[in-house]
Amino acid sequence: MTALLEVERLQVRFGATAAVRGASLSVAPGETHCLVGESGCGKSVTALAVMNLLARGGGRQAERLAFEGEDLLKLSERGMARLRGNAMAMIFQEPMTSLNPAYTVGSQMTEVLRRHKGASQRVAIDRAADLLARVGITAPGLRLGQFPHQLSGGLRQRVMIAMALMCEPRLLIADEPTTALDVTVQAQILRLLAGLQRDLGLGLLLITHDLGVVARVATRVSVMYAGEVVERAPTAELFANPRHPYTQGLLRCVPVPGKIRRDQPLGAIRGTVPRIGAGFAGCAFRERCDFADETCQRTIPRRSMGAAHDYLCRLPA
Amino acid sequence: MLRFLVRRLVVALLVVATVMTLAFILTRLSGDLAVSIAGPSATQADVDAVRKAYGLDRPLITQFFDWAGRAATGDLGDSYFFKTRVSTLIGERMPVTLTLGITGLLIALIVSLPLGIMAAVRENTVFDRIVQLVALFGQAMPSFWLGLLLMILFGLKLGWLPISGTDSWESYIMPGVVLAFSAIPALTRLTRAGMIQALGSDYIRTARAKGLSRASILLKHALRNAAIPVVAIAAVQLGFMLGGSIVIEQVFALHGVGFLAWESIAKNDFPVVQSVVLVLAVIYVALTMLADLMNAVLDPRLRAA
Amino acid sequence: MSDTAAAAPLRGPRRGWRSAATWFGATIVGIAAFCAIFAPLLVPHDPFAQDLGKRLLVPFWMDGSDPHHLLGTDQLGRDYLSRLIWGCRISMLIGVTVSLVSGVIGITLGVLGGFIGGRADDAVLFAITTRLALPVVLVALAVVGLLGSSMTLLVITLGLLQWDRFAVVSRATTMQVRTLDYVAAAWCAGCSRFRILAREVLPNIASHLVVVATLEAALAILLEAALSFLGLGVPPPLPSWGLMIAEAKDYMFFSPWLIVIPGVALFVLVLGINLLGDGLRDQFGARSE
Repeated sequence: MTALLEVERLQVRFGATAAVRGASLSVAPGETHCLVGESGCGKSVTALAVMNLLARGGGRQAERLAFEGEDLLKLSERGMARLRGNAMAMIFQEPMTSLNPAYTVGSQMTEVLRRHKGASQRVAIDRAADLLARVGITAPGLRLGQFPHQLSGGLRQRVMIAMALMCEPRLLIADEPTTALDVTVQAQILRLLAGLQRDLGLGLLLITHDLGVVARVATRVSVMYAGEVVERAPTAELFANPRHPYTQGLLRCVPVPGKIRRDQPLGAIRGTVPRIGAGFAGCAFRERCDFADETCQRTIPRRSMGAAHDYLCRLPA
Repeated sequence: MLRFLVRRLVVALLVVATVMTLAFILTRLSGDLAVSIAGPSATQADVDAVRKAYGLDRPLITQFFDWAGRAATGDLGDSYFFKTRVSTLIGERMPVTLTLGITGLLIALIVSLPLGIMAAVRENTVFDRIVQLVALFGQAMPSFWLGLLLMILFGLKLGWLPISGTDSWESYIMPGVVLAFSAIPALTRLTRAGMIQALGSDYIRTARAKGLSRASILLKHALRNAAIPVVAIAAVQLGFMLGGSIVIEQVFALHGVGFLAWESIAKNDFPVVQSVVLVLAVIYVALTMLADLMNAVLDPRLRAA
Repeated sequence: MSDTAAAAPLRGPRRGWRSAATWFGATIVGIAAFCAIFAPLLVPHDPFAQDLGKRLLVPFWMDGSDPHHLLGTDQLGRDYLSRLIWGCRISMLIGVTVSLVSGVIGITLGVLGGFIGGRADDAVLFAITTRLALPVVLVALAVVGLLGSSMTLLVITLGLLQWDRFAVVSRATTMQVRTLDYVAAAWCAGCSRFRILAREVLPNIASHLVVVATLEAALAILLEAALSFLGLGVPPPLPSWGLMIAEAKDYMFFSPWLIVIPGVALFVLVLGINLLGDGLRDQFGARSE
């Protein structure tokens, strides 16, 4: 079965700064794929590069960037616009500012369907109301006539999700959709996303730094560090058998009830993410790694552990 | 919203009252009005007669409240020179000034909105730099001089447009363009700045993520938000233009309110002068309130507040 | 390989003193200041001396010009270059003095409103609103028209009418500075209000005010020209550029250079001041970021 989304050796640069340095990942139809990593590692930029929504001054290169087999690099902006919001949709980290303050929820939701499917306003309104109900909003009719500032953050994010689903996309990219929300609302939104993914059978690329979330919802996981995907594995495999020292470090930082004793200190990864300038070679994690030696300054091989698990490290499998 | 409106109205009335006081004081600055009205060859008896006839023998404070009280009911008094009611005079001249002001504002908007939008879209390109330079040039252009140059070029050398008067709609083109020049720099800069801010916002990223057309992103999602400060400034600029049209009316011999004021200043016709100042201030205050209302229409967040 | 050309480094236009435009503006202002200060030494002829035998001589770029009068002569035979230089002196004088007068009024009001807040601030805001409602040109014309034209009166009138931007900017920046940590620290250290105003607030808003001063100077120069053009500004025979244009108006269809020369001078000077002001704003802005 062909992958829904294939990204091979994606590079994104903002001027002299390399934000993504050869990241590779793929999302299969109907799976929840989690992209994890700490802030600034290039997760969001990767997602934006896939959608071709990079801010001005950002340039992307890749060996392959394909959606359902169609090469996105060769697609014009017009062609890309036909896919966006239609076959592939995205929701963002900032629900408070991602809706246009000047238009009603209904107006913003219906314009997607009208644009891509040529639907009438009546059909679009019905669909919008259905989806608002579906994402757990009571009184959808009322909400459709309201402006974003009249809604709470959690409601706005539900609206964003409903809006992304208007055209029944096959791929949904969710960029830390719960970071800006209250903890109680976070759980609801994640449950909602997981439920929708299952019910609608869409491919979900969920970007998060919360490994608790990953453990609960992910089919497969890609771990990103300093602009590279350093380890890819099915969720259970990754948690049971992490190979990359960075992944291991990340997992040690997560308190797991029942596994970790109260008096035992949580793990931490020493140091900070290095500045990666031009001509940087080797492993970006070596300064912070307990296993590093001089060979880590050379180009690092990608090692495989079976078909679904690979990682970027000199350490053998 | 209602509280805001009431507060706004009270401030507006206070502003108008203050302007009335200032306009009254202004016209009394020159000393004895009776002497200047009676003229240089008048005898003392003439001056006394004038003083009595115009009520200038009363205490200043009585004169002020008499004038203010009448003005509040729309009675602006009589002109000394034209020997008619000031309200009639202003009423006759106002259409010319309003036509000129609105023509100027329309031309300014037609020029600055597209320029500002295109400069924002092409931020930091050569086009953007040129637009900013044009705005600077416009800011430095003395309006009366531009008017004279246009007269020489289009009126005399090319003979395309009438040089003066208000006989046809073409008469308003040159003065309108000149007046527009005073508003174009501010409006262009504001449109550009507003669009740059809007285009960098999260909701524009959302609009792009929805796959909307470029036109819809620019004109529906970005411009609607960028327009909010522009509308406010456009209204204020119209107020400034009406006040500043005195220079252009003079250059093009348009007999509007500004021309009337200029004539009245030369003739010491102070009821007309103070009334024109008052009327222009009232129009300005009304325009700023109109701008607030239009902003409330454009920005739903203001409606709730 | 890639859909976007290899990303070029982000670079905006050069700003502040690194911009050629700022230097261009500074040069114009410098030359104008030089002409203004040394006008009596620079003028080739007496700018007031009439010579009816040499009326309306053409400037040097036209046929039949007189090498003694580079920019020709006006309708009364006065040397145009000399009048232009003298006019520069008047424009610069107006620009500087009106900025000073309006600056004193506006900064006092703005700083007091922004610093004290409450009722005082309401009063200052009201004063600004009222001032904006007054039609400047008309009121200035009325004052000069009723009291008679003189330089002093003109400066005071324009100063009284143009302080609004000073007040708006100094009020806003004072409010900003007031909430900064080190000003709060000065409060806590028991410094007097006056001391905080003089030592902490004013130095911090000074750069904004310099920028406003350039804009106001440019505006004052344009206003003076407009008033003089209407015959109610600088009293003749002083060669204000606005007055020169007004006097040349009757001859403009046959001798257009008479209005072109002072107009260009006016335009270039105001443009130069604005360019310098923009450059300074960017310079200060870049530093404070």
